[in-house]
Amino acid sequence: MHVPDGFLDAPTSLGTAAVAAVGVGLALRGARRELDDRTAPLAGLVAAFVFAAQMLKFPIGGGTSGHLLGGALAAVLVGPWTATLVLSVVLLVQGLLFADGGLTALGTNITLLGLVGVWTGWLVFRAVQSLLPKRVPMVAPAAAVAALVSVPVTALVFAGLYAVGGQAPIRLDALVTAMVGVHTLIGVGEAVISGLAVATVVAARPDLVHGARRVVTKRDLVVRDAVAA
Amino acid sequence: MRSISTRALVVTGLLVALLLAGVASFYASTHPDGLESVAEKLGFSGTVQDHASSGSPLADYGTEGISNERLSGGVAGVVGVLVVALVGGGLAWALRRRSPSSTELEREPSSRTPR
Repeated sequence: MHVPDGFLDAPTSLGTAAVAAVGVGLALRGARRELDDRTAPLAGLVAAFVFAAQMLKFPIGGGTSGHLLGGALAAVLVGPWTATLVLSVVLLVQGLLFADGGLTALGTNITLLGLVGVWTGWLVFRAVQSLLPKRVPMVAPAAAVAALVSVPVTALVFAGLYAVGGQAPIRLDALVTAMVGVHTLIGVGEAVISGLAVATVVAARPDLVHGARRVVTKRDLVVRDAVAA
Repeated sequence: MRSISTRALVVTGLLVALLLAGVASFYASTHPDGLESVAEKLGFSGTVQDHASSGSPLADYGTEGISNERLSGGVAGVVGVLVVALVGGGLAWALRRRSPSSTELEREPSSRTPR
Protein backbone atom coordinates (compact mmCIF):
# COMPACT_ATOMS: atom_id res chain seq x y z
CA MET A 1 0.00 0.00 0.00
CA HIS A 2 2.65 2.52 -1.08
CA VAL A 3 1.00 5.80 -2.03
CA PRO A 4 2.64 7.26 -5.18
CA ASP A 5 3.19 10.93 -6.00
CA GLY A 6 0.08 12.58 -7.37
CA PHE A 7 -2.66 10.77 -5.42
CA LEU A 8 -2.99 13.43 -2.71
CA ASP A 9 -2.80 17.21 -3.10
CA ALA A 10 0.06 19.31 -1.73
CA PRO A 11 -1.65 20.58 1.47
CA THR A 12 -2.62 17.02 2.50
CA SER A 13 0.87 15.74 1.71
CA LEU A 14 2.36 18.56 3.78
CA GLY A 15 -0.01 17.71 6.61
CA THR A 16 0.93 14.03 6.62
CA ALA A 17 4.61 15.01 6.36
CA ALA A 18 4.20 17.09 9.54
CA VAL A 19 2.42 14.20 11.29
CA ALA A 20 5.16 11.82 10.17
CA ALA A 21 7.92 14.20 11.34
CA VAL A 22 6.37 14.52 14.80
CA GLY A 23 5.80 10.76 14.96
CA VAL A 24 9.37 9.91 13.96
CA GLY A 25 10.69 12.54 16.39
CA LEU A 26 8.75 10.97 19.25
CA ALA A 27 9.86 7.51 18.12
CA LEU A 28 13.53 8.56 18.20
CA ARG A 29 13.02 9.29 21.92
CA GLY A 30 10.70 6.39 22.71
CA ALA A 31 12.88 3.80 20.98
CA ARG A 32 15.71 4.49 23.44
CA ARG A 33 13.67 2.74 26.13
CA GLU A 34 13.05 -0.28 23.91
CA LEU A 35 16.55 -0.82 22.55
CA ASP A 36 19.57 -2.31 24.29
CA ASP A 37 22.67 -4.23 23.24
CA ARG A 38 20.63 -7.38 22.61
CA THR A 39 17.56 -5.96 20.85
CA ALA A 40 19.23 -3.34 18.61
CA PRO A 41 20.58 -5.99 16.18
CA LEU A 42 17.08 -7.53 16.13
CA ALA A 43 15.71 -4.16 14.97
CA GLY A 44 18.09 -4.25 11.99
CA LEU A 45 16.94 -7.78 11.21
CA VAL A 46 13.25 -6.82 11.44
CA ALA A 47 13.84 -3.92 9.02
CA ALA A 48 15.55 -6.26 6.56
CA PHE A 49 12.79 -8.85 6.90
CA VAL A 50 10.00 -6.30 6.36
CA PHE A 51 11.78 -5.01 3.24
CA ALA A 52 12.21 -8.54 1.87
CA ALA A 53 8.66 -9.60 2.70
CA GLN A 54 7.23 -6.50 1.01
CA MET A 55 8.83 -7.71 -2.26
CA LEU A 56 6.86 -10.95 -2.00
CA LYS A 57 3.49 -9.96 -3.39
CA PHE A 58 0.95 -12.72 -2.94
CA PRO A 59 -2.20 -13.10 -5.11
CA ILE A 60 -5.53 -12.53 -3.37
CA GLY A 61 -7.77 -13.22 -6.38
CA GLY A 62 -9.46 -10.91 -8.86
CA GLY A 63 -6.14 -10.04 -10.52
CA THR A 64 -5.01 -8.30 -7.35
CA SER A 65 -2.07 -8.93 -5.05
CA GLY A 66 -1.03 -7.86 -1.59
CA HIS A 67 2.12 -7.78 0.45
CA LEU A 68 3.10 -7.56 4.10
CA LEU A 69 2.90 -4.08 5.60
CA GLY A 70 4.83 -5.26 8.65
CA GLY A 71 3.76 -2.71 11.27
CA ALA A 72 2.15 -5.15 13.69
CA LEU A 73 4.94 -7.68 13.21
CA ALA A 74 7.65 -5.11 13.91
CA ALA A 75 5.79 -3.67 16.92
CA VAL A 76 5.45 -7.08 18.59
CA LEU A 77 9.07 -8.06 17.91
CA VAL A 78 10.93 -4.83 18.78
CA GLY A 79 8.35 -2.51 20.36
CA PRO A 80 6.09 0.14 18.75
CA TRP A 81 8.49 3.11 18.88
CA THR A 82 11.29 1.12 17.29
CA ALA A 83 8.77 -0.31 14.81
CA THR A 84 7.85 3.22 13.69
CA LEU A 85 11.56 3.85 12.98
CA VAL A 86 11.96 0.46 11.26
CA LEU A 87 9.04 1.13 8.88
CA SER A 88 10.32 4.68 8.24
CA VAL A 89 13.76 3.36 7.25
CA VAL A 90 12.19 0.76 4.94
CA LEU A 91 9.96 3.38 3.29
CA LEU A 92 12.83 5.88 2.94
CA VAL A 93 15.10 3.32 1.22
CA GLN A 94 12.23 2.10 -1.00
CA GLY A 95 11.39 5.66 -2.02
CA LEU A 96 14.97 6.81 -2.67
CA LEU A 97 16.53 3.71 -4.25
CA PHE A 98 13.65 1.66 -5.60
CA ALA A 99 11.21 4.37 -6.78
CA ASP A 100 8.51 2.64 -4.70
CA GLY A 101 6.22 5.02 -2.80
CA GLY A 102 6.36 8.66 -3.89
CA LEU A 103 8.86 11.06 -2.35
CA THR A 104 6.24 13.79 -1.87
CA ALA A 105 4.11 10.96 -0.44
CA LEU A 106 6.83 9.79 1.97
CA GLY A 107 5.10 11.52 4.87
CA THR A 108 1.81 9.92 3.87
CA ASN A 109 3.38 6.47 3.68
CA ILE A 110 5.20 6.86 7.01
CA THR A 111 1.93 8.06 8.56
CA LEU A 112 0.01 5.10 7.14
CA LEU A 113 2.46 2.19 7.52
CA GLY A 114 4.78 3.53 10.24
CA LEU A 115 2.22 5.17 12.53
CA VAL A 116 -1.30 3.84 11.79
CA GLY A 117 -0.19 0.30 10.92
CA VAL A 118 2.33 0.03 13.74
CA TRP A 119 0.22 1.56 16.51
CA THR A 120 -3.05 -0.11 15.51
CA GLY A 121 -1.13 -3.36 15.49
CA TRP A 122 0.44 -2.69 18.89
CA LEU A 123 -2.80 -1.58 20.59
CA VAL A 124 -4.78 -4.53 19.21
CA PHE A 125 -1.94 -6.84 20.23
CA ARG A 126 -1.99 -5.51 23.80
CA ALA A 127 -5.80 -5.78 23.95
CA VAL A 128 -5.82 -9.36 22.67
CA GLN A 129 -2.93 -10.26 24.95
CA SER A 130 -4.88 -9.01 27.97
CA LEU A 131 -7.78 -11.33 27.07
CA LEU A 132 -5.66 -14.44 26.50
CA PRO A 133 -3.83 -16.50 29.13
CA LYS A 134 -0.57 -14.78 30.10
CA ARG A 135 1.65 -17.33 28.49
CA VAL A 136 4.45 -17.22 25.93
CA PRO A 137 2.67 -19.44 23.33
CA MET A 138 -0.16 -16.84 23.19
CA VAL A 139 2.15 -14.11 21.81
CA ALA A 140 2.11 -15.29 18.17
CA PRO A 141 -1.70 -15.73 17.90
CA ALA A 142 -2.18 -12.27 19.44
CA ALA A 143 0.30 -10.87 16.90
CA ALA A 144 -1.64 -12.53 14.06
CA VAL A 145 -4.93 -10.93 15.17
CA ALA A 146 -3.19 -7.56 15.47
CA ALA A 147 -1.75 -7.94 11.97
CA LEU A 148 -5.16 -8.90 10.56
CA VAL A 149 -6.84 -5.78 12.00
CA SER A 150 -3.99 -3.36 11.22
CA VAL A 151 -4.25 -3.68 7.42
CA PRO A 152 -7.92 -2.70 6.85
CA VAL A 153 -7.57 0.07 9.48
CA THR A 154 -4.60 1.47 7.54
CA ALA A 155 -6.66 1.23 4.33
CA LEU A 156 -9.52 3.06 6.04
CA VAL A 157 -7.21 5.90 7.06
CA PHE A 158 -5.95 6.15 3.47
CA ALA A 159 -9.56 6.51 2.31
CA GLY A 160 -10.01 9.27 4.89
CA LEU A 161 -6.91 11.07 3.61
CA TYR A 162 -8.18 10.71 0.04
CA ALA A 163 -11.49 12.22 1.05
CA VAL A 164 -9.58 15.24 2.40
CA GLY A 165 -7.05 15.72 -0.36
CA GLY A 166 -7.56 13.25 -3.21
CA GLN A 167 -6.73 14.53 -6.69
CA ALA A 168 -9.73 12.85 -8.36
CA PRO A 169 -13.41 13.11 -7.42
CA ILE A 170 -14.16 9.68 -5.96
CA ARG A 171 -17.17 8.83 -3.82
CA LEU A 172 -15.98 8.18 -0.28
CA ASP A 173 -18.35 5.28 0.39
CA ALA A 174 -17.16 3.46 -2.76
CA LEU A 175 -13.54 4.11 -1.82
CA VAL A 176 -14.00 2.90 1.77
CA THR A 177 -15.81 -0.25 0.62
CA ALA A 178 -13.19 -1.09 -2.01
CA MET A 179 -10.14 -0.29 0.14
CA VAL A 180 -11.34 -2.05 3.29
CA GLY A 181 -12.65 -5.05 1.33
CA VAL A 182 -9.43 -5.70 -0.57
CA HIS A 183 -7.25 -5.02 2.45
CA THR A 184 -9.19 -7.34 4.72
CA LEU A 185 -8.12 -10.14 2.36
CA ILE A 186 -4.55 -8.84 2.38
CA GLY A 187 -4.84 -8.72 6.19
CA VAL A 188 -5.30 -12.51 6.22
CA GLY A 189 -1.92 -12.87 4.48
CA GLU A 190 -0.46 -10.31 6.89
CA ALA A 191 -1.77 -12.37 9.83
CA VAL A 192 -0.29 -15.63 8.52
CA ILE A 193 3.16 -14.14 7.80
CA SER A 194 3.28 -12.14 11.06
CA GLY A 195 2.05 -15.08 13.17
CA LEU A 196 4.62 -17.46 11.70
CA ALA A 197 7.48 -14.97 12.00
CA VAL A 198 6.65 -14.10 15.61
CA ALA A 199 6.18 -17.79 16.50
CA THR A 200 9.62 -18.57 15.05
CA VAL A 201 11.42 -15.87 17.04
CA VAL A 202 9.42 -16.64 20.20
CA ALA A 203 10.37 -20.33 19.90
CA ALA A 204 14.05 -19.45 19.55
CA ARG A 205 14.44 -16.52 21.94
CA PRO A 206 11.28 -15.40 23.81
CA ASP A 207 13.44 -13.10 25.96
CA LEU A 208 14.23 -10.93 22.91
CA VAL A 209 10.59 -10.42 21.85
CA HIS A 210 9.22 -7.09 23.07
CA GLY A 211 5.61 -8.34 23.10
CA ALA A 212 6.61 -11.34 25.25
CA ARG A 213 8.32 -9.28 27.95
CA ARG A 214 5.42 -9.12 30.37
CA VAL A 215 4.56 -12.81 30.07
CA VAL A 216 8.17 -13.94 30.36
CA THR A 217 8.68 -11.84 33.51
CA LYS A 218 5.42 -13.00 35.04
CA ARG A 219 6.39 -16.63 34.59
CA ASP A 220 9.77 -16.06 36.17
CA LEU A 221 8.12 -14.43 39.17
CA VAL A 222 5.72 -17.34 39.57
CA VAL A 223 8.63 -19.79 39.51
CA ARG A 224 10.58 -17.76 42.06
CA ASP A 225 7.55 -17.48 44.34
CA ALA A 226 7.09 -21.22 44.22
CA VAL A 227 10.73 -21.80 45.06
CA ALA A 228 10.60 -19.32 47.93
CA ALA A 229 7.46 -20.93 49.34
CA MET B 1 16.75 -21.36 28.57
CA ARG B 2 18.63 -20.11 25.53
CA SER B 3 18.48 -22.30 22.47
CA ILE B 4 20.54 -20.03 20.20
CA SER B 5 22.66 -16.90 20.64
CA THR B 6 21.47 -13.46 19.57
CA ARG B 7 24.20 -13.41 16.93
CA ALA B 8 23.08 -16.75 15.48
CA LEU B 9 19.45 -15.60 15.41
CA VAL B 10 20.28 -12.34 13.60
CA VAL B 11 22.63 -14.01 11.09
CA THR B 12 20.08 -16.75 10.34
CA GLY B 13 17.30 -14.19 9.99
CA LEU B 14 19.40 -12.06 7.64
CA LEU B 15 20.13 -15.10 5.46
CA VAL B 16 16.39 -15.82 5.28
CA ALA B 17 15.69 -12.19 4.31
CA LEU B 18 18.43 -12.33 1.64
CA LEU B 19 16.94 -15.54 0.20
CA LEU B 20 13.42 -14.08 0.20
CA ALA B 21 14.47 -10.82 -1.48
CA GLY B 22 17.20 -12.30 -3.69
CA VAL B 23 15.59 -15.53 -4.88
CA ALA B 24 11.96 -15.99 -3.83
CA SER B 25 10.94 -12.49 -4.99
CA PHE B 26 11.23 -13.68 -8.61
CA TYR B 27 8.16 -15.84 -8.02
CA ALA B 28 6.06 -13.08 -6.42
CA SER B 29 2.73 -12.08 -7.94
CA THR B 30 2.95 -9.41 -10.64
CA HIS B 31 -0.66 -8.30 -10.24
CA PRO B 32 -1.30 -4.73 -9.03
CA ASP B 33 -1.42 -4.50 -5.24
CA GLY B 34 -4.51 -3.59 -3.23
CA LEU B 35 -4.19 0.18 -3.56
CA GLU B 36 -3.18 0.09 -7.27
CA SER B 37 -6.06 -2.23 -8.02
CA VAL B 38 -8.62 -0.05 -6.21
CA ALA B 39 -7.22 3.05 -7.94
CA GLU B 40 -7.66 1.42 -11.34
CA LYS B 41 -11.16 0.15 -10.64
CA LEU B 42 -12.46 3.43 -9.20
CA GLY B 43 -10.58 5.47 -11.80
CA PHE B 44 -8.11 7.53 -9.82
CA SER B 45 -4.90 5.85 -10.95
CA GLY B 46 -4.46 8.44 -13.71
CA THR B 47 -3.17 11.18 -11.42
CA VAL B 48 0.03 9.25 -10.60
CA GLN B 49 3.14 11.27 -11.44
CA ASP B 50 6.49 9.93 -12.57
CA HIS B 51 8.64 8.98 -9.63
CA ALA B 52 11.45 11.39 -8.79
CA SER B 53 13.76 8.40 -8.24
CA SER B 54 12.77 6.64 -11.48
CA GLY B 55 16.34 7.18 -12.70
CA SER B 56 17.79 5.25 -9.76
CA PRO B 57 19.88 2.23 -10.84
CA LEU B 58 17.59 0.09 -8.65
CA ALA B 59 14.27 1.67 -9.70
CA ASP B 60 11.28 -0.71 -9.64
CA TYR B 61 13.33 -3.47 -7.96
CA GLY B 62 15.51 -4.12 -11.01
CA THR B 63 19.23 -3.51 -11.44
CA GLU B 64 20.37 -1.23 -14.24
CA GLY B 65 22.65 -2.95 -16.71
CA ILE B 66 21.56 -6.50 -15.88
CA SER B 67 19.26 -7.86 -18.58
CA ASN B 68 18.60 -11.27 -16.97
CA GLU B 69 15.34 -10.65 -15.12
CA ARG B 70 15.98 -13.15 -12.34
CA LEU B 71 19.45 -11.76 -11.65
CA SER B 72 18.38 -8.13 -12.01
CA GLY B 73 15.62 -8.47 -9.41
CA GLY B 74 17.74 -10.69 -7.19
CA VAL B 75 20.62 -8.22 -7.01
CA ALA B 76 18.20 -5.36 -6.28
CA GLY B 77 16.62 -7.40 -3.49
CA VAL B 78 19.96 -8.33 -1.93
CA VAL B 79 21.22 -4.73 -2.05
CA GLY B 80 17.94 -3.52 -0.54
CA VAL B 81 18.08 -6.00 2.34
CA LEU B 82 21.68 -5.06 3.15
CA VAL B 83 21.05 -1.30 2.96
CA VAL B 84 17.91 -1.51 5.11
CA ALA B 85 19.63 -3.79 7.65
CA LEU B 86 22.62 -1.44 7.93
CA VAL B 87 20.57 1.77 8.18
CA GLY B 88 17.91 0.27 10.49
CA GLY B 89 20.37 -1.66 12.62
CA GLY B 90 22.79 1.26 12.76
CA LEU B 91 20.08 3.66 13.88
CA ALA B 92 18.89 1.21 16.56
CA TRP B 93 22.46 0.63 17.72
CA ALA B 94 23.06 4.38 18.03
CA LEU B 95 19.84 4.86 20.05
CA ARG B 96 20.19 1.85 22.36
CA ARG B 97 20.58 2.04 26.14
CA ARG B 98 24.09 1.06 27.03
CA SER B 99 24.06 -2.27 28.87
CA PRO B 100 24.02 -1.96 32.68
CA SER B 101 27.26 -3.94 33.05
CA SER B 102 29.26 -1.64 30.78
CA THR B 103 27.76 1.48 32.39
CA GLU B 104 28.63 0.16 35.83
CA LEU B 105 32.18 -0.51 34.76
CA GLU B 106 32.44 3.02 33.43
CA ARG B 107 30.98 4.55 36.56
CA GLU B 108 32.56 2.37 39.18
CA PRO B 109 35.86 4.21 39.54
CA SER B 110 34.24 7.63 40.00
CA SER B 111 31.66 6.37 42.51
CA ARG B 112 34.41 4.87 44.62
CA THR B 113 36.54 7.97 44.58
CA PRO B 114 37.16 8.96 48.21
CA ARG B 115 35.93 12.43 49.13
